[in-house]
Amino acid sequence: MTTTAPRARAGTARSRGRRGSVAAFAGAGLVLVLAMLAGVGVGALPLPPGAVVVTLLDLLVRPFGGSVPGALEGAQAAVLLELRLPRVLMAALVGAGLAIAGAGYQGVFRNPLADPYLLGAAAGAGLGATLVIAYSPVQSVGPVGVVPLAAFAGALVGVGCALALGSVAGGSHSPTLLLAGIAVAAFLAAAQTLVQQQNTEDLREIYSWLLGQLGSSQWSDVTLVLPYLGTAALVLLLCGRALDVLAVGDDEASSLGVHPGRLRLLVILAASLATAAAVAVSGLIGFVGLVVPHIVRRLVGGSHVRVLPMSLLVGGAFLVLSDLVARVLLAPAELPIGVVTAFIGAPFFAGLLWAGARRR
Amino acid sequence: MSRRSAPRPGGTGGGARVEVLGLTAGYGRTQVLDAVRLTVEPGGWLAVIGPNGSGKSTLLRSVLGFHPHEGQVRLDGVPTTGMHRRDRARAMAYAPQTPVLPEGVTARDYVTLGRTPHRPLLAAPREADRRVVADVLDRLGLGSMAGRPLSTLSGGEQQRAVLARALAQQPRVLLLDEPTAALDLGHAQQVLDLVDVLRRQDGLTVISTLHDLTLAGQYADRLALLSGGRVAAEGPPAEVLTAEALSRHYGARAEVVAGPSGPAVLPVRD
Repeated sequence: MTTTAPRARAGTARSRGRRGSVAAFAGAGLVLVLAMLAGVGVGALPLPPGAVVVTLLDLLVRPFGGSVPGALEGAQAAVLLELRLPRVLMAALVGAGLAIAGAGYQGVFRNPLADPYLLGAAAGAGLGATLVIAYSPVQSVGPVGVVPLAAFAGALVGVGCALALGSVAGGSHSPTLLLAGIAVAAFLAAAQTLVQQQNTEDLREIYSWLLGQLGSSQWSDVTLVLPYLGTAALVLLLCGRALDVLAVGDDEASSLGVHPGRLRLLVILAASLATAAAVAVSGLIGFVGLVVPHIVRRLVGGSHVRVLPMSLLVGGAFLVLSDLVARVLLAPAELPIGVVTAFIGAPFFAGLLWAGARRR
Repeated sequence: MSRRSAPRPGGTGGGARVEVLGLTAGYGRTQVLDAVRLTVEPGGWLAVIGPNGSGKSTLLRSVLGFHPHEGQVRLDGVPTTGMHRRDRARAMAYAPQTPVLPEGVTARDYVTLGRTPHRPLLAAPREADRRVVADVLDRLGLGSMAGRPLSTLSGGEQQRAVLARALAQQPRVLLLDEPTAALDLGHAQQVLDLVDVLRRQDGLTVISTLHDLTLAGQYADRLALLSGGRVAAEGPPAEVLTAEALSRHYGARAEVVAGPSGPAVLPVRD
């Protein structure tokens, strides 16, 4: 009795774990699709979900000479294809990018409080964007706006400074790197505030960028960030098993044949690239990168092999829904999306923590 | 390097001869180890003893190649410095003094990490890996709790899980840094008995640090006493553990009594 009971319990726990994570992936995928359908359907001009699906199918088969009857036309088609679709896709991409970057950072630092903005990416992007909003004589370089360009460069410069300072101060040892990131972020944030205070006439524009926005998303933005986010996400997904090994500590990871320093650098670079791309087109959207990985771990357990891909799905769905709320709640006015992510995310996360505590 | 074939899925290819030659290491400008020279025969158990700060952990970490050092470490005559990190990981497994037990990971998944050096880093565990893991879990009496998160296991069970993870590597040398530090006497004996059984079954070479001198003398077949970064004494337990050595290197007042299974250290109060 006493020997068979735990065995049986362990057996069901395992099969429940496997089946549970398949179900969690399917569920998250479904939620993402439904959220995106709701995202393109809801608005000042409501679009029926059936017609939306038909239009998208029609779009897909058209290059092969086919067509699906019943597709949207005229203004409705324009709203769908030129306004809502790029915006919803952008929300999904940015959410997915920030969430997987957060999961990568948390894995590399073995710290649940790590988020994509930790190593100076946010402060660097903020300074870059503020500088060009205040001083740049031009709005764009070719087809690309200067603000995203400066934010992207600023984010990478911020992380680069943190890595350089960290390696001078003590190699890739993670506490040193964290402290270097904090120092760099504080310095860049101070510089940003200084520039901002000197240019109060641009305050509104700077502020609305800092709070994050998806409203101006166009197809050109989607194609601009897709290669960076895609590359970064692919690298991070491939690092899943190695991150699981790193989770047992640097020495033990070494004894298992993994190079902790190189792995840490690779993951930080990939996660920072994803963060820089996301920040460039959407501003500083908080909460997603910090909290989505925690939600995901509660759903599928601690292994990065599952946490990383699941973060993509949940992060995407979370930001699409947040953007929907931001558009609808005070329509026709829009809430800053950064406010909405925290407003929805914080109570939801508190609920998860509460449920977890009760289960224990 | 030739590897003898494993006799059983969870077994290993037999122990390797470990030679440490003129190993010197330090932290910054502080020298911790000074030309340490040691030899462990295949299938032998060497316990490294010594007072706090004598460099026991640094010695283990240098042998594994984690800590920068001068001098040479050889496995069956082959210097480890030229070895690829993964080849070294197949030869030597390590259990640190305070292992990090990742959150939300089951005992089985944790032990499966030991298979990392045996497959490509991107690949999922294969059937052969699962067999080794299942066998190791059974040998260490963890089969019934394989599906439970590590955090729900007791201290003794966690220490066995760490040992299982090291054994799943199918190493030829097992390096254990204070494997009993967090355990009470009964659980400490359990773990050391287990290491001894595994060593005898598989012919594994074991190098461990142990601060409990009596246990060190009972389980290891040779002791090396580190003091001030040098090997002060090396040999069978009865030769190394003397009241004079304890007084000189530990500043301790103790008698050494001959017990049925080795010398026992008895502290003396003035």
